[in-house]
Amino acid sequence: MTDAPTPRRERPVSPHLMTGGFGSPLLWRWHITMWTSILHRATGVALYVGALIVAAWAISLGAGPDAYADFKAVLGSIPGKVVMFSLSVCVFYHLANGVRHLVWDSGHGLDIKSANASAVVVFAFAAAATLAIWGLAAMTGAL
Amino acid sequence: MVSYRTPLGRARGLGSAKHGAGHWISERVSSIALIPLVIWMVYGVIRLAAGDYGFAVQWVRDPVNATLCVLTFAVGFWHMHAGMRVVVEDYIGKTLTRSALLILNLFVCGLIGALAIFSILKVALGAGVLGGA
Repeated sequence: MTDAPTPRRERPVSPHLMTGGFGSPLLWRWHITMWTSILHRATGVALYVGALIVAAWAISLGAGPDAYADFKAVLGSIPGKVVMFSLSVCVFYHLANGVRHLVWDSGHGLDIKSANASAVVVFAFAAAATLAIWGLAAMTGAL
Repeated sequence: MVSYRTPLGRARGLGSAKHGAGHWISERVSSIALIPLVIWMVYGVIRLAAGDYGFAVQWVRDPVNATLCVLTFAVGFWHMHAGMRVVVEDYIGKTLTRSALLILNLFVCGLIGALAIFSILKVALGAGVLGGA
């Protein structure tokens, strides 16, 4: 004799954004901390590709001068620069918001007012750091 | 009805796996390590973008740069594997697709990360002629 199967409890779904599958109505109205959360994941996925590009740098360097010249030509082209600019935005955003997450993990800044304020700080940092780094690149002849 | 299952048999599989904290902590520790590494890397990218192949070889042969390169790849690829794993686990419900993507994620991070680190070591430790040769 066996027991009747225990009824499955509804498990929480993560990330808990929508009432059903993709495209179904949202559970929440749009707010700034929702944006920072979604963008943290989106920039993380973009940086996955970015890390592969950095790996391609190392592999082409190991392969020799011709491969390295090809790599630099691709990244130095207009589409290459657009990709690098986007990745720099992603790096600084993910970096700043990652620090914000670490602060939260320490138990600080979790109230709504602080979370909204730190979201603005993260966006401001990402914008300022991106401009600063491209300014520095232009001044040092990296473009 | 009398149950033939022991209390242990009924309780098994219902609680936590007891190793979730390890994943959580390794994500945080790798992100803390990446703060200085990524800032250093952005600076390195700008310097390397302005230089040619010979400059890049010289740069990688500096022991500090070589070490930080290897660390950035190791910690970075570890961190991105952990992050992508969570994304797959969150969105992909179908067991076979999920397993396939988790394995793909692990293999891509392992293979490309190892290739990048080996390439750095090859250039850093490479004997013989320098730059353009």
